Amino acid sequence: MSNAAFVIIAIFTLAAALAAATLRKLMHAALSFAVALVGLAALFFLLGAEFVGLALVFIYIGAVAVLIVFTILLTRRDVGKDRGFNWAGVLIALAVFCGLTWSILKTQSLSIVAPHIRALTVKRIGEALMTGYVWPLQCVGLLLTAALIGALILVMEEKR
Amino acid sequence: MSKSIDQVFVNAKQWLLSWLAGSPDWVIQVASILINVFMLLAVFLTLFALISVLERKILARMQNRYGPNRVGPFGLFQPIADGIKMLIKEDIVPARADKIVHFLAPVLIAAVAILTLAVIPYGRNMTPFTIDGGILFFFAVGSATELAVFMAGWASNNKFSMLGAMRAIAQMFSYELPLIITVLPVVMVVGSLMPDRIVSAQAGYTFGLVPRWFVFTPWGGVAFILFFVSGLVESNRTPFDVPEGESEIVAGHMTEYSGFKYATFFMAEYIGMFAVSGLSATLFLGGWHAPVRVLEIVPSYVWFFLKLSGLLFVYIWIRGTLPRTRIDQMMNFAWKFMLPMAFTCVIAAAVWHYAGRGLRGWLWSLFVIVMVYSALSILLDTRRKFGPRVYRFAE
Amino acid sequence: MTPTLQAFVLVSGALFSIGLLAALSRRHAIFILIGIELMLAAANLNFIAFWHFAPQPHQPTGVMFAIFSIAISAAEAAIGLAMVIAVYRHYHTTNVDQLDQLKG
Repeated sequence: MSNAAFVIIAIFTLAAALAAATLRKLMHAALSFAVALVGLAALFFLLGAEFVGLALVFIYIGAVAVLIVFTILLTRRDVGKDRGFNWAGVLIALAVFCGLTWSILKTQSLSIVAPHIRALTVKRIGEALMTGYVWPLQCVGLLLTAALIGALILVMEEKR
Repeated sequence: MSKSIDQVFVNAKQWLLSWLAGSPDWVIQVASILINVFMLLAVFLTLFALISVLERKILARMQNRYGPNRVGPFGLFQPIADGIKMLIKEDIVPARADKIVHFLAPVLIAAVAILTLAVIPYGRNMTPFTIDGGILFFFAVGSATELAVFMAGWASNNKFSMLGAMRAIAQMFSYELPLIITVLPVVMVVGSLMPDRIVSAQAGYTFGLVPRWFVFTPWGGVAFILFFVSGLVESNRTPFDVPEGESEIVAGHMTEYSGFKYATFFMAEYIGMFAVSGLSATLFLGGWHAPVRVLEIVPSYVWFFLKLSGLLFVYIWIRGTLPRTRIDQMMNFAWKFMLPMAFTCVIAAAVWHYAGRGLRGWLWSLFVIVMVYSALSILLDTRRKFGPRVYRFAE
Repeated sequence: MTPTLQAFVLVSGALFSIGLLAALSRRHAIFILIGIELMLAAANLNFIAFWHFAPQPHQPTGVMFAIFSIAISAAEAAIGLAMVIAVYRHYHTTNVDQLDQLKG
């Protein structure tokens, strides 16, 4: 894991995220959101969590980004009207950013270098999911089913 | 002797890299990656050129005509002529199009298609990109195709493009579920997401005769068929080419593309087809393993490409045979038949495993599949009788 | 020379602030959803970073948490976007400032 790769990926990710937050056209923002998530997945790869990075790409690019883009398409008549930009929100975000940066830079215990890491294989993740994390897994399954049914009912045409 | 022929490409790469001996580690890594990428592109772009002319010739034979035979011997130089034609065509971008997204869509779709090729083992020790979650990588990267298709459809600002993109995404989403779930039994039985492990788990022969490919188990056979059909849909091939449907919506999401961008879409479609066929050969047809022990002297990559071209021939054959389905029929088929059958494969694989992976497991998993199949065919029967057609004329 | 934990946490903090910026300053409902997703992604980055820099040998707890969080944020996106569509059908707007009526 080299410094150069980290700096490039971090700048790429943050630039794409900033574009997602500030671009005027909704479709461009949604696409740069997808790009930011690719950058984030690359950061996960750097950190040795390949499985999570792949899962992130799979779920966010393959499902969430397409969903967002679809919703933009279905609510298209409204796209041109998005002119409002709340400057109070910008100030709050800046304040949070400064506070976070200040406190992170102040914390001494954060400046550690990674210990030599043994790669986390998919097999180990699978074993952990099926032994220690069975109940959370079941709960997530239930939650996803509930979300599926809820989303369907929400967008169903009302019969009059 | 046969071993050195088998490893000739691996050894050639080592020899090339030995020129760089002594340079820093990352230089060798980058060089190794570049060699892999170069080989992938060279092989698959050649294959693309070849298959584009072979497809036209095979289709022509099925329709009692000759097909392209003017350029070069047997028309083999046809792809070069096509390429030149595509390159010198005017590149038209609609005035109301979103220029950046319109440009990025073909780039993304081609990049994604080529990336998915990287995790397939083409022969013994011949996987370009070895990664622990290779199968997941294939699907994670492949899922960006949907976004690219949507970008193409939306940026063109054309109703045919948009309709085509909507159709494409609807069908890709629906068929991605059976596509991924049919991979699950293989991953379960092997216990790994690495394509290399999956291939090496299919080594050996039962009774020294029948190869231990997963396609010869009941769950594997059914999963292979389901995977193949879903792969047909994912690569928008003919019985399921609703997104492009020339007779309905011009060319779907590619309507507003011309010249080289259109050629890029075309190439991405074929490369996606290679990737899905390659993955199904890896998962179910034993990858680069030989079908008979005697033939193991033939190099492993030859077997892989033979299987690949066999599958590609079936793709072309189906294109020459079946008419286009309707979109509602496709969706019904995906959700009511493909998905339950895919889950049945998972259960049947578990039954096969726990009944001892022998003849007993074989019969039990066959029993499970037959039960579910007959139950589904009773439940989904719409009781529509096909009587003689009644014509009503104006009186 | 490898980046320290501090660098990763800084990136995560910046990503969180950008998400907050999108969620607080934009008036379109989908932008707010994008902002929330960015903030969740920043939290995931923190989980993975702290897991990576934890003393060895360790449990894959951070990775597990990130996996569950990704699954839950996918569910959240599905519900949120369904709500956007439902609201749009009713009010013909997705600007959250104009959604100030309790009476349908």
